[in-house]
Parts: sequence; C-alpha cells; structure tokens
Amino acid sequence: MVKITELVKKFVGEKAAQVAAVNGVSFEVEEGRFFTLLGPSGCGKTTTLRCIAGLERHDEGTIFIGEQVVSSPRDRIFIAPHQRDIGMVFQSYAIWPHMTVFENVAFPLRVGKKHFAERELKDKVMRALSTVQLDALADRPAPKLSGGQQQRLALARALVAEPKVLLLDEPLSNLDAKLREQMRVELRELQRRLGLTTIYVTHDQTEALAMSNVIAVMNEGKIMQMGHPRDIYLTPANQFVADFIGSTNFIRGTARAGAVETEHGVLHCALPDGIRAGDAVLVSARPESIIVHLEKPADTPNLFQGQVQLAIFLGEMYDCQIQVGAQLMRARLNPAQRVHRGDNVFLQLPAEYITVLPANR
Amino acid sequence: MAIVLPRIQIKNFRFDPRWIFLGVPVLVVAYFTVIPIGMLVVGAFKTGDPGVAGEFTLDNLVNAYNDPTLYPLLFNSMIYALGSAILALVVGTALAWILERTDTPLKSLFYSLTLVPFIIPGVLHTIAWIYLLSPRIGFINRSLVSIFNLSSPPFDVFTLGGMVWVEAMHLSPIVFVLMTAAFRSMDPALEEAATTAGANHWTTLRRVTLPLMLPALASVALIMFIRGLESFEVPALIGLSAPTRIPVFTSRIYLALKGFPPDFGLASAYALILIVLCVIGIYFYNRALKRSEKYATVSGKAYRPRTIELGKWRWLTMGLFLFYFFLIVGLPFFILLWGSVLPYFTPPAWDMLDKLTLENYAAFNILDCKPGQSFCVRARAAFTNSIMLGISAATLVMALTAIISWITVRTNWRGRGLLDLMTFLPITVPGLVMAVSLMWVYLTFQIGVYGTLWILLIAYITRFMPYGIRTTTATMVQINRELEEAAQVSGASWRHTFLKITLPLLKPGLLAGWVYIVTVSMRELSTSVLLASSQSQVIAVMIFDMIEGGNTPRLAAMSVLFITFLVALVFGAQKLGARFGVKE
Repeated sequence: MVKITELVKKFVGEKAAQVAAVNGVSFEVEEGRFFTLLGPSGCGKTTTLRCIAGLERHDEGTIFIGEQVVSSPRDRIFIAPHQRDIGMVFQSYAIWPHMTVFENVAFPLRVGKKHFAERELKDKVMRALSTVQLDALADRPAPKLSGGQQQRLALARALVAEPKVLLLDEPLSNLDAKLREQMRVELRELQRRLGLTTIYVTHDQTEALAMSNVIAVMNEGKIMQMGHPRDIYLTPANQFVADFIGSTNFIRGTARAGAVETEHGVLHCALPDGIRAGDAVLVSARPESIIVHLEKPADTPNLFQGQVQLAIFLGEMYDCQIQVGAQLMRARLNPAQRVHRGDNVFLQLPAEYITVLPANR
Repeated sequence: MAIVLPRIQIKNFRFDPRWIFLGVPVLVVAYFTVIPIGMLVVGAFKTGDPGVAGEFTLDNLVNAYNDPTLYPLLFNSMIYALGSAILALVVGTALAWILERTDTPLKSLFYSLTLVPFIIPGVLHTIAWIYLLSPRIGFINRSLVSIFNLSSPPFDVFTLGGMVWVEAMHLSPIVFVLMTAAFRSMDPALEEAATTAGANHWTTLRRVTLPLMLPALASVALIMFIRGLESFEVPALIGLSAPTRIPVFTSRIYLALKGFPPDFGLASAYALILIVLCVIGIYFYNRALKRSEKYATVSGKAYRPRTIELGKWRWLTMGLFLFYFFLIVGLPFFILLWGSVLPYFTPPAWDMLDKLTLENYAAFNILDCKPGQSFCVRARAAFTNSIMLGISAATLVMALTAIISWITVRTNWRGRGLLDLMTFLPITVPGLVMAVSLMWVYLTFQIGVYGTLWILLIAYITRFMPYGIRTTTATMVQINRELEEAAQVSGASWRHTFLKITLPLLKPGLLAGWVYIVTVSMRELSTSVLLASSQSQVIAVMIFDMIEGGNTPRLAAMSVLFITFLVALVFGAQKLGARFGVKE
C-alpha cells in the first residue's frame, strides 16, 4: 500500500554542510497493516513520515501510495500533500482553535476534491466523531477539550475522509501514562476494525511492541532492523537494536565453533550467519532470561559465578546488579527467593535466549 | 553525415511561482525603505537641491563639521538623550518592580491606566508641560511661588534639564511596559531561592533580580536612548523656544529646512550623522537583546510570582503610583482642559472660575461648518485627513507585513533574510530624517506626490512597517506550524490553508497591530511636520502650527478634542477586539 525505496532527505546543517536526516530508507507497508518507525529522537523517523505526507521534499528515492508514485525527485514528480489522500495525526494534535469540534472534523470534507451535500457531510462527521466517542461534544469550541479528547478529535479528523493511509506522528507522547495506555488499546482496536493501513512514529518501545505488525528500528537515518515485534526483541540484529529495545547485558567474547569464549567462561550457543570462529562478538543476554541460582546447580552449561552488589525489591521481582568479574550484570529474581548484598550467586544464560552479535570494530 | 547540433537545454528551466511571492514584496519594501535612504545618502554628498543636477561634494559634511555649533549640538543631543533615557529607565523600572513584585493595592487599575499615557500625543504632552513649568505662566511654578512665598519660580522648563524631564515623563510608560514584561518572564524561583538562602528582599533585589535583569535593562535603556535622539516635539517646542536656543540634531535639521532658503545639503549631512548614531545604538541594542535571550530565565513563559508583603508601606507605593499618573496624565490633561474653557490663557486660579466658557469649542463644530469659518473647514480637513491616512496606512502595513512575516517565518526561501532586514530598516531612521529622505525622492522625481496626502501615506507606511512586521512575526511564530500542515494533509490547497487556517488565526494579532498603527499614525508629528502642506493638513501638524499662532484657548480646545477622540478610538477598538478574541 505504501512503498518507499532508497529515500534520502538532506538538511542544511551547521556551516551550510548537508546532513542526511534520512539516508537510504526502504520499506513496504501492506494494506491494513500497522507499521511502526521506532527510534531515538533525531533518527529520521519523523522526517520519513513527513516525506510520505509530502510535508518535506526528499532528495532521492521514490514514494508510492497505492499504485501511484507520489514523489520522485529524479522523475520530477511531486504530488502536493493535499492531493495525496492521507490522514495524519500530529504530535501537537494541531487542533484548529478557531473552530468547533464539528468544524475541525468537517474541514477535510469541505476542502476535499469531492463535494458533499450538507446532510451527507453531517452524517460522515458525526460517524467519525462517534467512532472516537466525541459525538456529544460536537458543538464545543475545540480548545475546550482535554488532552485526551483533543487527541481523539485529531484522530477523527484524520479518519473522516477515509484516507488510503493513516500517518501518526507520536500521537500519544503528550498524554499522561494512564491515558496513554488506554489510548494505545483504543487506537489499535480502531485501526484493526477499519482495516486502515497505518504508519506510526514513536520513540517509545513499549508502544511499538504492543501495537505493531511490523517495526522498523531506525538510527542515524537508516533502518537498523525491520520485523515482527517478537523477532526484534528476541533476536536483535545488532548492538543498537539490542540496546535500544528493552534492557540487556552485553558480554564481549570471541566466537568458537558453537560457542563464544568470554572472560567469564564459555557460552554454548548458536552462531548467526556471517559470524565465523575467531570473530570478535558481543553476546546479548536480557535480564529476564538470565536464571539466578543461589546454589551451584549440577551439570548446567553457560554458568557464570558472581556476587550480588544491589538487589532492589520491586514487588513483582528483585532487580539485581551482580558483579561478574569486572562486569556488572543485571538480572531479575523471583521475589519469593531472598538475596542479600554480598551473596554469591550463579547466573545461567540459556543458549536459546541469548543472541550473538558482531562486535562493533 | 548529419551534424548534430547541441540543443539548448531549456528542460531544466521551470518558472517557480515563489519568485512572484518573494519578488513582489522585495520590490515593494525596497521602494519604501531602500530608495529613500539611498537618496538621502546621495543627497548628503551632492551639491544643489533635490531635482537639481548636482555634482559630488564633501562640502555638506565639511560644513556640518566646521560648524562651530556642532560640538554644543552633539553635547546637547547626548545629554538630552542619555538624561531622558536614564530618568525614564529609573522611574519605569521602579514602578514595574513595585507593581510586579509587591502587594500594592489597586494593581489592576494601574495596569489599565498605563495605556493612557500612550494615547496622549507627544506634542500635547510637551505643550501641557510648558503650561505647567514655564517660569512665567507655569501652573506649578505659580502655585509653588504663592504657597511658599518664593521670590522667583523654582523651575524653568526652557533648559536642558527641563527638556530631559519632559521627555523622560513621556518615555517612562514605555519603560514600564517593557520592564513589566521582562519581570514576568523571569522565573521567580530564582528569587525565592535567594530568599530561602537567607537573603532579605533588598539583598535579593540587588544580588539576584537586578543582575539577571541587566541585559533586559540594557536593551530597554538603548531603545530609550534612540527614542531620545529621534524625538522632535520636546526639542522643537521647548529647545527652540528657550531664550538661548538649545538645539539638538532633530531640531537643527528642522531649522536647516525651515530657514530660507532651505539648506537640503546641510540637513542631509546632519541627518546622516543622526542615522549613524541610531544605527550604532541599534547594533548594541541587538547585542543586548541576544544576551538577554541567552539567559535561560527568559523562557517566554509567564510566571505568577509570590509578591512581597509591604505592610503599611503599601500605601506609600500606592501613593507613588497615584502621584505618577497625576504627573503624566492628570496634570497635563487638566491644564489643557483648563486652557480650553478660558477666553484667554492664564494659569488656574479661583477668580477665573466665573469667566469659564465653552466658546472655544464652537469653532470645532466640524460636522456643520458655517460659510466663512475658515478655521472650521481647515480643522475638518485635518481630522478627515488624519483618520483616512491612519486607516489606509494601518491596513496596507498589516496586509504587507502579514505576507512578509509568512515568508520569513514559514518558508526557507533564499532572500527572506534580506526581506526581513529591509522591512526593519526604517527603525533606524528618525521620523524627521525619514521626511528629509522622502523630500529627496519626491522632489527629485516630480510625480505629483510631493505636497499631497500621498507622500504622508508613503511616509507612514515606511515608518510603521517595522511595528507591523514585529506584530505579525510574533503572531506567526505562535501559530504552530502543524496547524497549517494538518490542513494540507486534510486536502486543503495552499489558498484554502491560508484563507481558512492561517488568516483566521492571525486575525487577533493583525487587528491589534492595525489599531496600534492607526493611533501612532494619527499622533505622528516629526515626519508630517516637514511633509504636510496646506493642502494636506493633519491634526498633529495643525496643532504644532497653532502654537506660533498664539490662540492658546483654541489650541487647548483642539488638544482636548484630539485626546478624547484617540481615547475613544483605542477603547472602542479594545471593545471590538474583545469580540474578535484579541487578548490584549
């Protein structure tokens, strides 16, 4: 439904030097899918979205919406944003303060190519408003809405003209934590029900994991990894993704056949393609997949010995920092177990839950 | 074998409509600002009058330099500008601090009263103070002499000190408003931190508040200094009437042009020196402004600080405010009102009460001028001209600057910085100098503009363009860009977006700027005084001319009517603005 090939967008940075905010990004979003661009601020995710909307003119590459090329600098094609058949929700919501709730939603229908009779227009607006449960507030001046209501109003406005694609630029980031969680569920439900092709931009990994069909993790203008949330989390492709999503422990080592030799001991595990024996690697082990033993278990491979430095009781678990050699590793412990600072423990890193990554340099 | 000729590549040439959107404003603004200033510079280095072929010369500048009065002139100008700036700064800042940081009673009344001194035109303010402080007829002098049995009047307005006092009183409300804004944008937690660290109010003010306010203070001081250099009313009405004239640059230029024959070369040379002084001032002003923006405390957020409880002292601060308004509004207006109901002018006295008359106002029945009442006809023309000029100038300035600010804020077109700079250029040009520049242009190119209302309209547009661009840019910056982008992605074309989103959101700002420019145009004297002719008379100039006529009661009556009209205009516009959602 939306396809982007080799997108490049340069900005004039300091001292007139060109900085590529987006540097060769390609992806394809299938119809009805929820696609998320995830990354830290300044990674180029919002710029990519704005290029799709036509709010920025990119320098290279091609953007398709449906079958149509909407933008391709090489072919001198640029379709203006208002002719692109998109709906967009902005980070600030961009609710027009001089209009009522109703007029905000009616605007796309009033200015669009298709002309609507007043009754049909009213029907459509009210339907969009009731989808987001704002129909009771239709006549209210828009600035009188609360943050959550404004967010839903922005959504209704983006949906009312039944666009081909829905673009969402960090729509939940201005809401408080509780409302954000609730809106996350509502938004995803609505998207599924309407079958809308959606591109979502966020820096919040929890949001991305919870909502997406596909996540593209971006950094420094490039896509670092693209895939299903589960794959991204469990088998990160590189150090950046492993570090950015969730928290993890990195252990330096050298690849051997079916194992990695580290300073704390040998870890038996599968090596991914492209890593050969002798390569310098990083092993990523997530805190929740490390099993902490208080007594040394018999016949268990991938075992490190360490000493508890810090154990913070969080109710659902102990968040522990454990000194292994010169390294401090994080692990989680069942709250039923009791640990104290200074206890000697044994960390088991199960082969199926650890990931071997190429070491950077 | 065919010869393949290289084809001219015209494929890459595409006409870009933004050339028109950028080009037209650039040309218009250049016409209004760059050409007059350029002509002035040329004129300063040329022999002969405007429209007369001349040759390059340095004589004008040499004459100005060799003029034995140059050094007294420079001295007077500096003392006058510095003195009034410092006095206004002290008074305005102290009052702003009292109102912002203490629990003085009647605060909201004082805030709304601060608008009033802005409305009173400088020429009337000056006239009123002459009637108050003149050694011969001054009300204050007479009263003090009779109360304290003095042998001679204690004050003399016709001195450099008198000029400083009158100008400082005129500038102080501006300082008050600017410093109030500066105090509000400062995080009171910084002061509270000092208090909790053990500093008392006085130490906090001295060690924390004032140092943090220093950049803001410096920038306001510089604006006031420039305003002092540019000011015309006080130097002309007081400085030139003094027994021994006290000329400053503006009044010296005025004299050079009002003498016979008018000396354009010398006036231009002095004008050039004045512009250079103003440019230096504005350069340092911008630096001070940048520094004050660097301070993290100024965040654009308005804080509501905890106020200092003054206890019984708060009656003193309230008294200070009442006294201040009495000085800058009450007394001046009273003396004009008094003068307007007398058959001949004399300072207020009880025995005059039975001579009071409304006859002076009879001449101003401008809606129904009797044949033969030539004064009434002239007054009617002046009122009509001033209103028409004010409305036209305000409308054109706001329309032009709305487009310019959109270009400078919203686009990344090349050349927008130049456009912005050109629009701001007139701020460096004092009103009187602007008049000299325009005389050069329209006496050189005789296209039927000189001596008509058109030259006044052009002058007002040029002079008030910087005010317009400041208002529209500030409003435009506040409108989140995403509001326009949301319209675009909703399917609205550029035209729809501008008409239905941008313009309605700009409306409050545009309206506020419009009202402001209408009022300042109507009060304007320093440019009009050289450009208005008997065929194109305006109120301020007519009042200025009447001072020499000597019919004080009629002059006073006209002043009272003028002030009443302006007050009605401003408060009417505020009422109207409230309906359109103007916040201020």
